[in-house]
Amino acid sequence: MRPSQTDNTLTTSADGPDTDVLFCALLRLGDNCLILAQQIGKWCGHAPDLEEDIALANVGLDLIGQTQMWLNYAGEVEGKGRSADDLAFFRDTREFRNALLVEQRDEDYGGTIMRQFLFDLWHFNLLQHLCQSSDSGIQEIAAKAVKEVAYHADRSTDLVIRLGDGSDESHRKMQDALDSIWFCVEELHSPDRMDEAATDLGMLPDLVKIGVDFRGQLSNILAKANLTEPSDVAMRHGGKSGLHGEGLGYLLAEMQSLQRIHPGAQW
Amino acid sequence: MYAQMVKSTGQPVKTLDEMDPLERAFQERINANEMIEPKDFMPDSYRQTLIRQISQHANSEIVGQLPEGNWITRAPTLERKAILLAKVQDEAGHGLYLYCAAETLGISREEMSQKLVDGKARYSSIFNYPTLTWADIGAVGWLVDGAAIINQVPLQRCSYGPYSRAMVRICKEESFHQRQGYAMLQTLCTGTDEQKAMVQDAVNRWWWPSIMMFGPPDQESVHSAQSEAWKIKLYSNDELRQKFVNQCVPQADHLGISLPDPDLKWNEETGNYDFGEINWDEFYSVLQGNGPCNNERLGARRKAWEDGRWFRDGLAAHQAKQDDAARKMPKVA
Repeated sequence: MRPSQTDNTLTTSADGPDTDVLFCALLRLGDNCLILAQQIGKWCGHAPDLEEDIALANVGLDLIGQTQMWLNYAGEVEGKGRSADDLAFFRDTREFRNALLVEQRDEDYGGTIMRQFLFDLWHFNLLQHLCQSSDSGIQEIAAKAVKEVAYHADRSTDLVIRLGDGSDESHRKMQDALDSIWFCVEELHSPDRMDEAATDLGMLPDLVKIGVDFRGQLSNILAKANLTEPSDVAMRHGGKSGLHGEGLGYLLAEMQSLQRIHPGAQW
Repeated sequence: MYAQMVKSTGQPVKTLDEMDPLERAFQERINANEMIEPKDFMPDSYRQTLIRQISQHANSEIVGQLPEGNWITRAPTLERKAILLAKVQDEAGHGLYLYCAAETLGISREEMSQKLVDGKARYSSIFNYPTLTWADIGAVGWLVDGAAIINQVPLQRCSYGPYSRAMVRICKEESFHQRQGYAMLQTLCTGTDEQKAMVQDAVNRWWWPSIMMFGPPDQESVHSAQSEAWKIKLYSNDELRQKFVNQCVPQADHLGISLPDPDLKWNEETGNYDFGEINWDEFYSVLQGNGPCNNERLGARRKAWEDGRWFRDGLAAHQAKQDDAARKMPKVA
């Protein structure tokens, strides 16, 4: 599937197209953090070692904090009185704007680490540029988040190298994980109409340029890890315009269940 | 109490005159409230008892991640999700400090982890009960962490240095957890009727297992006298249990909920709350593996340990390659 050229399911704000573009950009940033944090949360107590339980939970905590900042700002920009919690717990699958990468399920810890690594490396590159966004709200959030994500990227890069260049089994697991998730990589750095509009307004950097840096760094790291970059993989796009895999619906059903059963309750 | 029925010598406590000179000197250091450090002399029975106690305590923290971790993906707000994830992360951290403390006594983390997944090492009975609703997360914080603190605060003054120092840090975090659990119940109790009913139901289920956490009554605690003489147990099970009940009754009143014990009443004469008979058959049955979640808890830890073996082995293999390469590097003068 090619990048979506339309995004008809977005809520349209009263303040015109620039606000719509900003709102959409913020949802994409926040939803990536939220969905990945949700995936990470389930590992605490089940990871291969205590240090992993602790470190992965740290990453999850950072991502929850970033979700709160992005989605609260999105709610303010939208101007309809929605909080970060409203946006997290009362939207359905088609309204989520996360990239396909972060919603991929991981039955194996190798998949968890590989998904995290690909996201962290791209996320770090993106946040560095977002620190120079024309929008001061984005700048402020990015300036805080980039410090946290620098650590995330360091940690997951280190693990990918050590496991890729570890035992035969760990090498095979990491190569399998890379092969099975590779179809999600291109979406991260392929701009659609909304991204281009945000870039034109100086809110977002040029994703194509970020993609060049990201893919260059990625190739170097995979080489150090003795991992082979997959070729001839049909790339898929669509998550960031609301066209997700079937798995996201289950993830949201679990995450949103209490709020949906007790609407309006305080927690 | 996260360590229950820890075996020590099973023998009557020796008097100073019955001890050989080394053991006597050791006991005199303890009597003088001196701290025992890893390289100091200690009787083998003291070492083995502490290994059982600290590893059981560590295992409880590690298995204790599971019932609360059960709700991380369903926490109802982003803030509650972060608080719960941070709390479960703290439990993993406690497991780590305690495994490190036990390692100073000459047992490896690998061995302790293996014993846990093989079902050969105990963990607290409390973690074999299910967390069925969101209010259980508050009840666990208030009651289970509350009971743990009452046991652990005195252990900050226990005779073994590494254990005592681990407990100082753990107690700070546990009291934070307990306050969070109670604050969460306060929010639910001032919410909708359904939320308040959820709290009452959770407390009805967690109350009795929580007071069982302190272990069997004193007259059945055959190993306590020796542990008390060694100052690795500072108060008796019944003393700590009474303190816990006395603390909880006014807190339950403040929440506007009842505790599920018709015999619970203030006793002017003793200055304590009297409480009903504890179902010790249930306690022993859970310890023997027949609680509602024993299989799930052990199964989850076994799966994490076994499924994660490739990960740990992979990191070790990489390190071995690095070490090998470093050895082959020509030395620069």
